[in-house]
Amino acid sequence: MAKIVVDVMLKPEILDPQGKAVAAALPRLGFTFAKDVRQGKRFEIEVDGEPTQAQLAEVEKAAEKLLSNPVIENFTVRVEK
Amino acid sequence: MKIGVVTFPGTLDDRDAARAVRRAGGEAVALWHNDADLHAVDAVILPGGFSYGDYLRCGAISRFSPVMEPIIKAAQGGMPLLGICNGFQVLAEAHLIPGALTRNHELHFLCKDQKLRIENTDTAWTSSYSPGQEIVIPLKNGEGAYMCDDQTLAVLEGEGRIVARYVGENPNGSRNLIAGITNERGNIVGLMPHPEHAIDSLTGPSADGLGFFTSVLKSLVTGSTK
Repeated sequence: MAKIVVDVMLKPEILDPQGKAVAAALPRLGFTFAKDVRQGKRFEIEVDGEPTQAQLAEVEKAAEKLLSNPVIENFTVRVEK
Repeated sequence: MKIGVVTFPGTLDDRDAARAVRRAGGEAVALWHNDADLHAVDAVILPGGFSYGDYLRCGAISRFSPVMEPIIKAAQGGMPLLGICNGFQVLAEAHLIPGALTRNHELHFLCKDQKLRIENTDTAWTSSYSPGQEIVIPLKNGEGAYMCDDQTLAVLEGEGRIVARYVGENPNGSRNLIAGITNERGNIVGLMPHPEHAIDSLTGPSADGLGFFTSVLKSLVTGSTK
C-alpha cells in the first residue's frame, strides 16, 4: 500500500546537538566515514487507496501547521510505494 | 485579581505557580486544557512540565488545546500572559513570541540554581524588579536553548525585548544568553527558568522569583501592560 511520507529536518543554520552526538559516537565504533550527521523526523501517513493530489495538499498544510515548526525546521512531502 | 494557571496533561508546576500567585496576593484560578472558557481571569500563566509528553515537539500539541484559543485571543488584546519553561515552548509554538526552544547544546537535562539579570522591567511581569537586577532562581530543562534567526535577534536586542539573560557560562546554548523575551507590547513574557520555585527561601534558593507575580498584580491594578 502506498503511504505519504513527511520528512522533517532542522534548518541547516540551526545547531543539531543530537546529530553532533551521533557524529561523535560513530568514530568511537570504528565508523570513520561521517563528516557530519543531522538527525530528523519521518512521518508515515496511511490513507485509503492511492494518495490523491487533494490529500497531498492537505498533508502539506498539516506539515506546515503541526508536523514541523517552520521557525526552525524544513519538511518534504512525498508518496512512497 | 484572578490569575489563571493552566494544567495540560503532563504539566508539573501548576501547583507552585498557583502558590506563587497566592503568595503575591492574587487569586489563582485553575484552568484545564479542555476549557474553552477563561473563567473571567485577568491574566494567565502557562506553567512548566512536559505537556502531552513533549510528543512531536515541546509545546506543539498543547498549543492547539481548546484553552489556548481564548488565551491567544485575549493575549493579542493585551491580557498579561507568562509562559514558564514548557509554557515558554507553548508560546513559541503558538507564534505569540518569535523564535523557538531547542535541545540544550550539551544534550543534558539541566537542574540547577541559575543567576539571571533582569534587563527589561517595563513588561507586565517584571516591573517589580530594577533594571540590571541579578536574581537566582531554578533552571530545569532539556530543551531550553533559545534559537531565532539573525534578523529576529537584532530586533529583540534593538527593541530591548530581552527580559532576562543568563549570567556567567551559557547553561544551554541559548543565543545571546537569552533566558526570557517579551512581545512588542510587553504583556506576553516567555521565560525558561522557574520563578515560581523561588518565592520562599525555605523551599527554594531565594525568594527572588516572587517579583514576577507581584509585577503582574501591580500592572493589573494600574491598568497598564507596560
